[in-house]
Amino acid sequence: MKSLRKYMNKIKPAFMPGGRLAKLQSVYDGMETFLFTPNTTSASGVHIHDGNDLKRTMITVVVALLPCLLFGMYNIGLQHFLAIGQPAASFWTMFLYGLLALLPCIVVSYVVGLGIEFIAAQIHHKEIQEGFLVTGILIPLIVPVNTPLWMVAVATAFAVVFAKEVFGGTGMNIFNVALITRAFLFFAYPSRMSGDTAFVKTDGILGIGDGQVVDGFTGATPLGQLATHVGDTLQLNNVVGTPIGTCDAFMGTIAGSPGETSMVAILIGAALLLITGIASWRVMCSVFAGGLAMAAVAHACPTPAYAASLLDPLAQLCYGGFAFAAVFMATDPVTGARTRIGQYIYGFMIGVLAILIRVYNGGYPEGAMLAVLLMNAFAPLIDHCVVSFNIKRRARRAAAK
Amino acid sequence: MLSKKNKEALFNPLSKDNPVLVQILGICSTLAVTASLKPAIVMGIAVIAVLAFSNVIISLIRTTIPTTIRIIVQLVVVAALVIIVQQFLVAYTYDVSKQLSVFIGLIITNCILMGRLEAFALNNRPWPAFLDGIGNGLGYTAILVIVAFFRELLGSGTLLGCHVIPQWCYDHGYENNGLMILPPMALITVACIIWVHRARNKELQELN
Repeated sequence: MKSLRKYMNKIKPAFMPGGRLAKLQSVYDGMETFLFTPNTTSASGVHIHDGNDLKRTMITVVVALLPCLLFGMYNIGLQHFLAIGQPAASFWTMFLYGLLALLPCIVVSYVVGLGIEFIAAQIHHKEIQEGFLVTGILIPLIVPVNTPLWMVAVATAFAVVFAKEVFGGTGMNIFNVALITRAFLFFAYPSRMSGDTAFVKTDGILGIGDGQVVDGFTGATPLGQLATHVGDTLQLNNVVGTPIGTCDAFMGTIAGSPGETSMVAILIGAALLLITGIASWRVMCSVFAGGLAMAAVAHACPTPAYAASLLDPLAQLCYGGFAFAAVFMATDPVTGARTRIGQYIYGFMIGVLAILIRVYNGGYPEGAMLAVLLMNAFAPLIDHCVVSFNIKRRARRAAAK
Repeated sequence: MLSKKNKEALFNPLSKDNPVLVQILGICSTLAVTASLKPAIVMGIAVIAVLAFSNVIISLIRTTIPTTIRIIVQLVVVAALVIIVQQFLVAYTYDVSKQLSVFIGLIITNCILMGRLEAFALNNRPWPAFLDGIGNGLGYTAILVIVAFFRELLGSGTLLGCHVIPQWCYDHGYENNGLMILPPMALITVACIIWVHRARNKELQELN
């Protein structure tokens, strides 16, 4: 540690204004605060200081995402080996396959996103913020595993520049950056983001998992099957045509984007976020409440024309990206509502809209992404209404005395 | 003919006083007709023609128009010119006029037109008013063409209908960006042009 500190001190002058590498000052600064706690203290006044800074918050969210990430890797392998007719492959083979499939996407998302953040920080002479740590891991978890890497790079660059940097960087964005990435991909390359070929990787990687796809293979996710479903009775299948139920969806052994399939992994992450107090339980619970309410309404009058209304409410919450959006997207403190009453309204509306879009809009098999983005836009309005209502109420109370 | 003032009337709208980039007028049609290059160019020419001649006509009768009904008089003049342009397009470029559909008719509601008539033609002689119309029309057209260039190139892989992105790229996994065809991307493209323009013209930057 000491030698590292000495080395950092030694190279510091080169990065200071006037130094040889002054252009890279923010990079040095970022590395230094990443390695060591800053030793600068405030010069005047009383400051309440909490060790739970932005860096620790971000790292906690990343840790909360790890169960989803690890399960996602395993599930990529599982779906692949199901598709090529080798369901008996060992756990570690499946995991290794998933790791190799997901790793390039993670690297691309971090390199592109952090690259732009570093450059932007340098141009504006600001410190590098840690906001992209979470976004960078969210992106691979919510895009289909077969998305080409250059598309991930383009979408990440677009989202970081237009959803984040133009608004002023970390903490200033109106829309969730990871969801903007996905929305960009969804509207720009629709054929890559839905349908039968997007969600299950069928080719071998580096000699692992080589094989021919079995007869009867279909890569459609359960929600994809719902979108094209015809008839009164509903039976969802996995990738090789075996029937699946809510239990499979709860465990997560179904086709889908890497992070979103397993309710178990998401709930572990949710528990961690709630215990550490990083995420708002008000938002999280009200998203689930809203989803349940809307799903119950839809299920009360099931119509074969909207096949998703045949699902019972609890199953609705387990399929697709609903739970993932509720736990990791809706609870983003920057883009969500901040007042307490506002958080209830904000979360409830996300839940309602997600199920509403999923059930009644045939064009979009899943509505969680659009619901969160839409409510992101309304969050400041909700807060404004709650605050001004509160002011009026208190003014009335003062006048009554 | 081209005194300093006239030169300003002609050339200022191209950059420093651009109707789209600086005055943020005519955004609606900029979003609507720029999905490909050809309708954008035709639309631009139509706006130049209508703007120049309505400026001249209003300028000629500026002393006789009663102030209280000047908006109606302006609308009549613009509407007449728009109908002429529309019939002309239907006669000579039928398919493009189909593509542009209502937007030729909607030139009448284009803020640039009413803006120039109110701000310039009513107070100036016909010749400067004509130059002002040409200049503003060109400024508008320039932005339209730039936006349409990027949208058609990235969205459809074509320019004026010809394939410009080689098949080789598609074989190696390149795909057209469907979002560029949708109107939101026109807004973001205009925003990018404004970004570059303000970065190059520091005096246009607002200080909060």
